[in-house]
Amino acid sequence: MTMAGTTLQAEVPGTPGEPLLTMRGMRKAFAGTVALDEVDFDLRAGEVHVLAGENGAGKSTLIKVLAGVYQPDAGEMRVAGRPVRFGSPHQAGAHGIAAIHQEMSLVGPMTVADNIFLGRELTTVGWTATRRQRTAARELLGQLGLDLDPTRPVESYPIAVQQLIEIAKALTGAARILIMDEPTSALTDPEVERLFALIDSLKARGCGIVYISHKMEEIYRVADRITVLRDGHRIGTAPREGLPPPELVRWMIGRDLGQQFPRRSVPGGAERLSVQGLTVPHRLRGLPPVVDRVSLQVRAGEILGLAGLQGSGASELLHGVFGSLGPLPEGRVLLDGRAVTIRSPGEALRHGLALLTADRKSSGIVPGMSLLHNVTLAALPRFSPGGWLRPGLEAEAGHRHCRELRVRAASVGQDVAELSGGNQQKALLARWQTTQPRVFLLDEPTRGIDVGAKADVYDLMNRWTEAGAALVLITSEMPELLAMADRILVLHRGRVAACFPRAEATQDRILRAAMGESESAP
Amino acid sequence: MNTPAAPAAATGGRRGPLAAARSVLRFLRSPSGRALLSLALVMLLGFIFNADGAFLSWDTHRDMLRQVSVCGILACGMTLVIITAGIDLSVGSVLGLVAVLFSLVTIRWGWSPVLAVPACLLIGAAGGAVSGAIVAGFAIQPFIATLAMMVFARGLAKFVSGGQKISTAVPQADGTYQYVEIPEIFNQVSAKVLHDNVAVVTLILLACVLACGVLLARLRWGRYLYAIGGNEEAARLSGIPVAGTKILAYSLSGLFCAVAGICQAAQELQGDPEAGSTYELSAIAIVVIGGTSLRGGRGGMLLTLLGVLTIGYLEKILSINAVGEASRLMLTGAIIVGAVWFQRSRK
Repeated sequence: MTMAGTTLQAEVPGTPGEPLLTMRGMRKAFAGTVALDEVDFDLRAGEVHVLAGENGAGKSTLIKVLAGVYQPDAGEMRVAGRPVRFGSPHQAGAHGIAAIHQEMSLVGPMTVADNIFLGRELTTVGWTATRRQRTAARELLGQLGLDLDPTRPVESYPIAVQQLIEIAKALTGAARILIMDEPTSALTDPEVERLFALIDSLKARGCGIVYISHKMEEIYRVADRITVLRDGHRIGTAPREGLPPPELVRWMIGRDLGQQFPRRSVPGGAERLSVQGLTVPHRLRGLPPVVDRVSLQVRAGEILGLAGLQGSGASELLHGVFGSLGPLPEGRVLLDGRAVTIRSPGEALRHGLALLTADRKSSGIVPGMSLLHNVTLAALPRFSPGGWLRPGLEAEAGHRHCRELRVRAASVGQDVAELSGGNQQKALLARWQTTQPRVFLLDEPTRGIDVGAKADVYDLMNRWTEAGAALVLITSEMPELLAMADRILVLHRGRVAACFPRAEATQDRILRAAMGESESAP
Repeated sequence: MNTPAAPAAATGGRRGPLAAARSVLRFLRSPSGRALLSLALVMLLGFIFNADGAFLSWDTHRDMLRQVSVCGILACGMTLVIITAGIDLSVGSVLGLVAVLFSLVTIRWGWSPVLAVPACLLIGAAGGAVSGAIVAGFAIQPFIATLAMMVFARGLAKFVSGGQKISTAVPQADGTYQYVEIPEIFNQVSAKVLHDNVAVVTLILLACVLACGVLLARLRWGRYLYAIGGNEEAARLSGIPVAGTKILAYSLSGLFCAVAGICQAAQELQGDPEAGSTYELSAIAIVVIGGTSLRGGRGGMLLTLLGVLTIGYLEKILSINAVGEASRLMLTGAIIVGAVWFQRSRK
């Protein structure tokens, strides 16, 4: 195969409006479970077609069929009018279909250039033309507005940049059909803007983009048309203007959601958690600390929101309080007015703290273990007096928490890795609820989960505060932050930049503080 | 997928032949079902190539069980370590060290087994604890840490024995040998019981399998082993003492090496400083062929027991059919790959 072009000027045939892709009657079943049932989908040149639906609705299956990962059981697929059948992702790629995956497919220790050309190496009589690849990679990245060193290993760049590299990689083959599965999940706002600008230029060139997102704002920002799937069926397709958000939600979950963020404020109780002058040093010596003398207070029944851009130190602050970074050089933590020493997660747990991490895959679920065992993991001593497990006690508690959080699974014995993202997240929330904590530290509790599950999580947060727990919430979704947090603390480069009560907080003020503009004294 | 599984038959409702067939199929797809199928295939080979009926005699099975016991005991500890996503390459060497020490203290120094056995178990566990501490404390990869222990323990075994086998022939200053009585414990461990139908070492193996099974399924620490192997970071953030649990796993592996070392010495009636070399590979093969994942977090003792039987029968069938050592090794290698591939491909 010859390289059609290594730059964005790759030849992209097609005029806007022309159908690039049509899928008719797609069917796919796994071991008796129908994941896709008679689904139609089409994509025109120059449009962004958003695929919406709850987790488990069949979106992933559909794009995996499109990308050649799965072979459909029935249905017809045409690319640019010609019927096609893909046996592998490679064949899909040869037809101009490129997927940018939610889980990254980059090889960390390899250089940026080598990653971009992985599997499509530029060669001179069989030898990799390293220098040519570097030049081409630099050029390609430049067109995406990225000034990166193509000879550095990919893993030396932050996740957000890696995601953009991933996009660059997808663009090396003259792709006409791009699949983007939650491309913004690890990006900060400016990077999201850059991605959207890139999408606009791709559209102008006549590419079609299949776009999956769980973020309402983003869907309405980027979509030309929206197709909704539910339980493997196509519910409908509509142009963006023809589908207002409440209607979209109703299509997705099959019922009205009511108010999207039903925060029920609880009269503030006594001060539950107080952090004084906490400092988290940078991992590399000589660099400024990631969290720099931050103090905060949360009362019983209160939700404190933490806002900040990438690198603000919000996550590290939670991890620092929870002891997952080991003993810290500076700072005190008080619980219900009593000073406590927390040097490890185990100690934090015994003091009644709980930390839900942002990355449920790498630091949350334990794949291979059942839903039940995942739920009871953090509270195991309670179910094993003297070290002997009491399966009865364990199952009783597990069932109760799973039911309360509406975790959907075939049984509590099912491998947690087989559950949808939303149900995995609920399992983790159940894990922490099982420990009956006084303080919940929640880092992106609704990341990558569907609207129905999100509503359940909001409800749960309300119930926790009503029961007197204190919550600290990090979320990158501004509407969620503004609606759920009673107070919002804005961090900028590891320091407290501002603090707003909910009534005074606006998106604009938070963003300005997060970017370091001083408006009001902290 | 949230749709309730289509065949609800297995959980109740109508029990027809179809439902029964379906649950059998489901069992055959489970890890233990697949391990059982590999074992059945190997045994089928035995019935076909039965060496003029030798395979049909209980003595053959008894001997197989006796011969595989030492490696089987090593595989018990190995299973625990592999479930934490680790590996223990030192098991063969620690076995050799303990075999030498046990022979030394009982044959030469005349210690009572009441003292010698616990002392040897302690030494084995201590060796494992050191490996575990290196893995957990210095964050050195288990492969490297236990490779170092493997070399070190072998060296120590040679140092303690002076490079000689420790047997009942005691070398004298003038170059002659004086023969001493073999301590009774050697005969007790290498004996056969129940009208000569079962070897004592096989019973010891069963006890070890049972102990590990209880640990994995019924004790909190067993659950911790799975959690660490499945997702170490998640385990740490759930308040699990990760370092302590890892040290426990390697210590137990060391303990089982000591048990195996005593059995080995008893069967050979001597402590050979070279005993147990390459046994670590057999132990790993047993665990893997059973279906416990080298990536950690999945597996169990039932699988390892099936692995013990599969490997044991494989070697026995080859030996009763008088397959030469060279061909036997090559065939064993090929069959291990075949069996593991067979298990994977049925997912």
